[in-house]
Amino acid sequence: MRHLLPLLVALPLLGAALLAATGRRLPRIAVEITGFVVCGGTAALALVLLLNSSPPMTEWVGAWPPAGRESVGILVVGDGPALGMATLASLLTLAALAYSWRYFDAPPHGLTGAFTALMLVFQGAMCGFALAGDLFNAFVFFELMSVVAYALTGYRIDEAKAVQGALTFGIVNSLGAYALLMGIALLYARTGELAMARIGHGLDAAGPGGPDALVLTSFVLVLTGLLVKAAAVPFHFWLPDAHAVAPTPVCMLLSGVMVELGAYGVWRVYGTVFAGPGGIPAADLTRVLVTLGALTAVTGAVMCWYQRHIKRLLAYSTVAHTGLFLVGLGVLTPEADDGVALYLLGHAGVKAALFACAGALLDRFGSVDEHSLHGRGRPLRATGVMCAVGALGLAGLPPFGTALGKAVTEEAVGGPLTVVYVAASAITAGAVLRVTARVFLGLGPRPRDAEYETSGSDEEPETTGLLSRIPDTMTTVPAVLLAAALAVGVSPGFGTLVARSVGRAGPGDAHAAVHWTAHGVLLGVASTVLAVALAGLAVTRPDRTAAPGWAAPLRRLQSGHVGDYVAWLLVGTTVLGALALPGVLGY
Amino acid sequence: MHVLPYLVAVHLFLTGCYGLATSRNLIHAVGCLAVCQSATYVLLLAVGYRDGGTAPVFSDVRPGSRPVVDPVVQALTLTDIVVGATVTALLLALVLQIAKRHGTVDPDELRELRG
Repeated sequence: MRHLLPLLVALPLLGAALLAATGRRLPRIAVEITGFVVCGGTAALALVLLLNSSPPMTEWVGAWPPAGRESVGILVVGDGPALGMATLASLLTLAALAYSWRYFDAPPHGLTGAFTALMLVFQGAMCGFALAGDLFNAFVFFELMSVVAYALTGYRIDEAKAVQGALTFGIVNSLGAYALLMGIALLYARTGELAMARIGHGLDAAGPGGPDALVLTSFVLVLTGLLVKAAAVPFHFWLPDAHAVAPTPVCMLLSGVMVELGAYGVWRVYGTVFAGPGGIPAADLTRVLVTLGALTAVTGAVMCWYQRHIKRLLAYSTVAHTGLFLVGLGVLTPEADDGVALYLLGHAGVKAALFACAGALLDRFGSVDEHSLHGRGRPLRATGVMCAVGALGLAGLPPFGTALGKAVTEEAVGGPLTVVYVAASAITAGAVLRVTARVFLGLGPRPRDAEYETSGSDEEPETTGLLSRIPDTMTTVPAVLLAAALAVGVSPGFGTLVARSVGRAGPGDAHAAVHWTAHGVLLGVASTVLAVALAGLAVTRPDRTAAPGWAAPLRRLQSGHVGDYVAWLLVGTTVLGALALPGVLGY
Repeated sequence: MHVLPYLVAVHLFLTGCYGLATSRNLIHAVGCLAVCQSATYVLLLAVGYRDGGTAPVFSDVRPGSRPVVDPVVQALTLTDIVVGATVTALLLALVLQIAKRHGTVDPDELRELRG
């Protein structure tokens, strides 16, 4: 079974190569079907492997097992979390391909296969990153995933904003990737190994007295790269720009799984490389991730609330939720890991569905601006209902998967951080509910325009013209995604199953039974009520909710200038180093 | 002496970042990103260097007869260069398209995506 692991990367790449070679000679329908078959086949394979993932599989690609202490082969790890992320990425790619069935009505002449081929490469790269067992291949797949994401973000090259957002995305993420590579080089210098587990052993053997400056530097550099991908504050600036301009099916993947892969990378790298006695002490990682995560959640929620561009609003809600994931990972308890895994699955379904709804608005009305769409969404009843349901899922209304995951994480995190969880999910969901009420129900007076913002009024629709009716694929896909997010919370035993596979991959085979608790249900209901109240206040009293003075500087930081973002990246790296320093000084 | 290549790598990386942060031209910015990346080449090669080592090509060197430099980091550097070429090509293509659509390559004038 383990020999099949590399196929998860190879299949989509072969499919993409096939489409790139023959796409321009094939009719569109053949291209789409090839894409579906390859993507769906990979997803099925990932699912089969996932069901057989205990005990965890490892495969040295090309039959190059380590000889004695030396290893030169490429290690692929197939444990629960890795295959879970690969399956999630594959299924979401499948959903995005289904959603784009009627999308881009006429592909550019001679480029019929390009979009599908790029999506397949994206899928292969995400699977590869999830499965990579050695750091250098993690870097290669990180870069491959990034490069395809830049290309897909700027896919509509005729649009001025799209190319600008893609370039910012490209420069910031590439810089993060180079920081990651420098960290990997330093780890190789210390241990002479590239496989993550072997680097971990090497660090422990080399530094029984604890970490030193080199370990700290490599930790900071590696984490910088991964947190840029995860869009933690202050590395997050590229995300809203990229998500606001990318085609909708691409947004579904970016927000649903790619950003979360950054958080997954942090979990994987810390657990296998830095967790030992020669690595970074647990207290330092907790300080780093909880601080940055809480900051990310608060910033994301505030910025989300003050957006009128619907796709940007959803992008900031992703920022807020990754902050919550990072806080959960930061406390380093098995229960929190289980909770984050469930929360991530639920979030992927809900967020992808909400982006799909935004895409339907864009293609029907040529706008994703909350103000100019006021009341115009009334005919799109199905989309409106799904938008509202998605908002409730975002708030963590039981029995959504997001609610179960959030409840488990909240319980594990405990203390004042619970407030961050409730507030961030309530505010982001409140913003989506407000949009739903205004756009699909036409409630409240037409809001007045604020001075400093990105509006979404004159956007190009992604289809050749404005759609007169929303195609079935564009309503079925979000419905299925929402149902999946619901199923994560409802299916009996699913939570325990996820917890068991996450626990088996972590240290000490520890796992807890995951189930609904009265406390968790109450907090979920509380944040939903809070979200509805916030949305109600915003709709009925638009004057009361105008951006206050303290939020304006925060919004001004999002300047759209790539130089500013690079400067913030360096600030963030320094902050990371400062937060992790005490543990090194302690020895 | 042995510290020098590492200092050069740090210097290159920070110089590239400074250029990126202050650049007034996007083509220049993409060039600065390439400078940042060359820091990773220098670092990798410095990590693999051995005193008195020769190139790890065993056509005329008997294995074990004399020290060779680490071939792994050289392979990593080559991979890194390929990655860098892809990224640079794609980013330059995006800059070209920005120049067509916005009529400028000055990042100070590209401030549509704010707030």
